[in-house]
Amino acid sequence: MIEMQDIWKTYADGTHALRGVSVRIDRNEFVYLVGPSGAGKSTFMKLIYREEVPTKGQISVNGFNVGRLKQRKIPYVRRNIGVVFQDFRLLPNLTAFENIAFAMEVIEAPRKLIKRRVSEVLDLVGLKSKANSLPAQLSGGEQQRISIARAIVNNPSVIVADEPTGNLDPETSWGIMNLLEEINFRGTTIIMATHNKEIVNTIRKRVIAIEGGQIVRDQVRGDYGYDI
Amino acid sequence: MTFRTILRHLREGTKNVIRNGWMSFASISSIVISLFILGVFLVLSLNINALAGQVESQVQIQVYLEPNTTKEQREQLHTEIGNMSEVSKVEVVTKEEGMKIFRENLGEDGKELLSGYTEDTNPLPDTLVVDVLEPTTIPTVAKKIEELKKTTTEKVIAKVKYGEGTVEKMFAVTDTIRNAGLIVVAGLAITSMFLISNTIKVTIIARRREIGIMKLVGATNHFIRVPFFIEGALIGFLGSAVTIGILFTGYYRLVKLTQVELGLMLIKLMPLQELWLSVGGVILGLGVLIGVWGSTVSIRKFLRV
Repeated sequence: MIEMQDIWKTYADGTHALRGVSVRIDRNEFVYLVGPSGAGKSTFMKLIYREEVPTKGQISVNGFNVGRLKQRKIPYVRRNIGVVFQDFRLLPNLTAFENIAFAMEVIEAPRKLIKRRVSEVLDLVGLKSKANSLPAQLSGGEQQRISIARAIVNNPSVIVADEPTGNLDPETSWGIMNLLEEINFRGTTIIMATHNKEIVNTIRKRVIAIEGGQIVRDQVRGDYGYDI
Repeated sequence: MTFRTILRHLREGTKNVIRNGWMSFASISSIVISLFILGVFLVLSLNINALAGQVESQVQIQVYLEPNTTKEQREQLHTEIGNMSEVSKVEVVTKEEGMKIFRENLGEDGKELLSGYTEDTNPLPDTLVVDVLEPTTIPTVAKKIEELKKTTTEKVIAKVKYGEGTVEKMFAVTDTIRNAGLIVVAGLAITSMFLISNTIKVTIIARRREIGIMKLVGATNHFIRVPFFIEGALIGFLGSAVTIGILFTGYYRLVKLTQVELGLMLIKLMPLQELWLSVGGVILGLGVLIGVWGSTVSIRKFLRV
């Protein structure tokens, strides 16, 4: 569960990215974050996985007060949050298998378990045959599947996805959405920032619209609401 | 940290050297070049040092005795000088021996020149040749021996000679050479440390993304740092190993090559087995230290995410 209370975020250059955001996202929800570029969607997400800290206000993720987290404890909170990016962020020198295994090595999981679990998620994302390929040898959609596999391999309770279909063609995007729905169905909260009107209007979920650093709309089973 | 994690770090650190092949190559090359220059100067200064020591140790004090000195008087003086704490050896060169050495030194040309001197007409005095432990004490010891003149009633010592003036100058020169060598070597060591750590820094900046991803999936700083640390040590080790290989092979050849030619000038390069341990130790230690230091310092910056 994620809860924000009157969150303000002002960057060093004076930009007010968020102005008084309060929201509550329950376990197992699927939330779209929509709004124009620069409205504060990315900041909203960065606060959740503690890449940024709020200037003012309270934010708790799974009961951790992530705004006041000690530097030393950050890694442990992040292990319970899977992050997916528009540009995949895979390690170019590691194979698909190694990229996923990496997230488990970090938490010092036993080798046997890593092998089994990585095969499992590779199967889930449908890329078992590409286990030994390097990212450069994979298509964009395949790379995104690997990055999602990496995000879920440690069974996080939350997946934060920043425009996961932003770099993909429509057909591949639908494949990724199916995958995220499947993961959501298995009990993981998903928060996804997107500009894809078609997806939001077709796969209906809760929609939170952010403009100028404020939540302007919060709809259960909402629509995209913008023309572009 | 579990044993499994330690193994993982070792494996990962080693793999990284291979994976980032060109970057590792760049780092290793810069280590080899810097350490090689340093090594050449180190070997050079060790040799100059040894040479200076060799020259210094050849300085002796000659104590010329009066012609009519008795054997007892001579032996008493012998013990007196021998008892001085700075003195390592006192040798008696009688006038007969002196003449023999003189003849030998002059060689063919001197045969005729010295033919007129028989045993009875030998003009040379008996001499005590004094060696000291520490060459720099020679002037003081000479002065002490000079003072013995005053304490003895009978005149025994005619003259004390040690190359006054020349010896002091020589010590000044060898001292300067030693200090200059030390400064050059220290300067080179510092320069190479910066050069190498800079190269490592560049290789790490190229991997900023990688570190960012590690942090994102929940790696602790410690977990991220250790493989880099091992990688740095390994690169430093490989760099120094290559340097040592090149340097010692080259030096070994040089010693062989110059044995004859320099030998004629009474200069002898130190044999490899006399300096491989110290030079090798310095290069290896410095290489590993630089590798570790370079990667540790550079990575610290990227861990504050």
